[in-house]
Amino acid sequence: MTDAIATGIPAAGPRRSILIEDALTRKRNRSERRFKMYGLGAITISLLVLFVMLFTIFRDGYTAFFQASLTFPVTLDAEALDENGNRDPAELAGVTTIGYGNLLRAALIQHLNAEGIDLGGVSEADVGALISRDGPAQLRDQVLADPDLIGQTIELQTLATSRLDGYLKGRVTMETALLDSNISPEQLQLADRLSEAGIMTTAFNPGFLTLPDASDQRPEAAGLGVAIIGSLYMMFLVLIMTLPIGVAASIYLEEFAPKNWFTDIIEVNISNLAAVPSIVFGILGLALFINFAGMPASSTLVGALVLTLMTLPTIIIATRASLRAVPPSIRDAALGVGASKMQTVFHHVLPLAMPGILTGTILGLATALGETAPLLLIGMVAFVNSYPAPPLDGGFLDPATALPVQVYSWASRSDPAFLERSSGAIIVLLAFLVVMNAVAIILRRRFERRW
Amino acid sequence: MSPTKLSTSALAIIALTATGAAAQTREQVQISGSSTVLPYATIVAESFAENFDFPSPVVEGGGSGAGRQRFCEGVGDNTIDIANSSSRISQNDIDTCAANGVTEIMEVRFGYDGIVFATDVNGPAFALTPADMFTALAAEVVVDGAVVPNTFTSWAEVNPELPDQPILALVPGTRHGTREVFDENVILAGCEETGAMEAFIAAGADEDTAEGQCTTLRTDGVSVDIDGDYTETLSRLQADTNAVGVFGLSFYTNNTQTLQVATMSGVTPSTETVASGEYPVSRPLYFYVKNAHLDVIPGLREYVEFFLSDDMAGPDGPLAAYGLVSDPELAATQDMVAAATPMGPLE
Repeated sequence: MTDAIATGIPAAGPRRSILIEDALTRKRNRSERRFKMYGLGAITISLLVLFVMLFTIFRDGYTAFFQASLTFPVTLDAEALDENGNRDPAELAGVTTIGYGNLLRAALIQHLNAEGIDLGGVSEADVGALISRDGPAQLRDQVLADPDLIGQTIELQTLATSRLDGYLKGRVTMETALLDSNISPEQLQLADRLSEAGIMTTAFNPGFLTLPDASDQRPEAAGLGVAIIGSLYMMFLVLIMTLPIGVAASIYLEEFAPKNWFTDIIEVNISNLAAVPSIVFGILGLALFINFAGMPASSTLVGALVLTLMTLPTIIIATRASLRAVPPSIRDAALGVGASKMQTVFHHVLPLAMPGILTGTILGLATALGETAPLLLIGMVAFVNSYPAPPLDGGFLDPATALPVQVYSWASRSDPAFLERSSGAIIVLLAFLVVMNAVAIILRRRFERRW
Repeated sequence: MSPTKLSTSALAIIALTATGAAAQTREQVQISGSSTVLPYATIVAESFAENFDFPSPVVEGGGSGAGRQRFCEGVGDNTIDIANSSSRISQNDIDTCAANGVTEIMEVRFGYDGIVFATDVNGPAFALTPADMFTALAAEVVVDGAVVPNTFTSWAEVNPELPDQPILALVPGTRHGTREVFDENVILAGCEETGAMEAFIAAGADEDTAEGQCTTLRTDGVSVDIDGDYTETLSRLQADTNAVGVFGLSFYTNNTQTLQVATMSGVTPSTETVASGEYPVSRPLYFYVKNAHLDVIPGLREYVEFFLSDDMAGPDGPLAAYGLVSDPELAATQDMVAAATPMGPLE
């Protein structure tokens, strides 16, 4: 202190306590606070964007899980369904859904008259239009499965058309119905009376998760059944293909391979492959698996092979990182007590690296689950209306779609009711991803070792 | 299970399924092509699966051109059976097909589709003519006998009877079949109507270049090419309510609560006016069937016949309810399909 005064530096001396802020310190502190604010700002913005995204998806999508339906008694008239009365399955199948549609319409009108509900000037055809076009198909399946029903009167619960459903959910109003060619205000007024009489009710719709896709004319019957099965099949196949190949490649590269120009090239290429746009793998899959190997297009097997190629580099990189994280002392100790290189790897290094490998694999699978682009070229972005067979009956070769594909194809349909379904499908996809990521975190927490 | 065992069993499974795949005949019909035809094809596929014992056909979109290209890749299990198309097959495609062994192609015209111009439901009504569209959107127009770059900014400048609203048109991108019809029936017609065609020829262009000049649209942001689906056009239109969008008639009929349709030369588009030919902007819809697959792929013949049955493609069928303009010559097409007559050379 005294030296400073002696050399003549003005007045700085006595105030140079670390407890008293000078101009420079204040400036440094200010810039630190600013930096913290920037960071906080960045996080706030990303949280806000995430929140807005989730909010809009849930706002638009949660209604997809609820659906309006009509319940009324239907007399399965033997004359209409089985002219000759011999219950011959071939003859029963000859009655198309058009015949069943007429039956349903007549049954609904009859029930409305019996209940004393005024049709309010709605024509018979327009009353029939309140029933989903899926209703006749559902009834036909029921009758074909159990021909004894013919002649009986059953209580049938069938979906209401998507416009009525939209009316209950607020998407369709009297004003829009006036302009809409598919529904009239009179039909909506009739719908109000149906709700009062308890014929039309809204309930949780399990069909959204189990039914297959439906055409543009019956959004109310469209479900995620085929997409969920397709995604599960693909994830299973991707898992059993990537895990062994990825782990074997990583162990070889990390523990056994000599360090030379050849392994360097492999290493660079793995990193490059991880950055290749996913659509490229779709092009490769089309050329290799469908055109060359002759595998069936639109099948989950080809989809899984393409996604395997796409996720392998990511999984190899993650696996190598977790192998490298096992301390050399473990290997040295094992080798020191006389273990062979292979014993060292399989008895000591691999078990210790396993949590990291599994986490990497699950995160790789999660990426593959959300992928649409490569599936576009191998024919999985399609309208698939029948479920694939169980895996052992060759189900991997049957056409199917996947969850992200369903989101995409519903979003591009013309009927506004599909917007709700598309958002609902995103919710299901997000649920899948959250579950997978949670599993990855749990695995890491439970088995991870720190050194 | 050790990793070695795991990987061997995985490889075994792959090998097994792959050989199984090669040996098996495809069970379901594969269809690809136009996204305009896609909703019709899905409606038919769904009803088909309900009423027949065949598995539901797999229907893909992707565009008319892409569909025909895949169709012409060859004959066999791993090629598609039907190409949906919103424009007629070209000689180029037929040549490619022939080179790859696809010689017998059945051309099926199943109906017509109107192309409509629509604005926001709350905006003013539009009564357009091809001449208005050309004058508003072409890169070069004729003013007082001279060819000048187009600088109109408001519809009222184009035609005093139109609303005073900034010009903004959302037209389908060049990869769409719809664009061809738009160019041909609206822009080119307007070009001839306004006398711009003659002016271009008088200025020294031959007929082909003059046509090209007619269909060159403005690039100053007034005409926007939409490469995606009609849903993209709709969301752009909702973002900027001044816009005039180009849609398929069926898309419009499903979105009447957000869209207001413009008349064209005084005619309101509807399935009736398109069928009678009064409404000028329409096009036929086709699908092409590979005859070599007809009795090989189970359900293919039945699907095609079902598609064209009066219950489906007829004027009271579900396709018409969705917006298809039924083909008055449907009966002739039904006979052609029953006989599986391949198409002759293009005229």
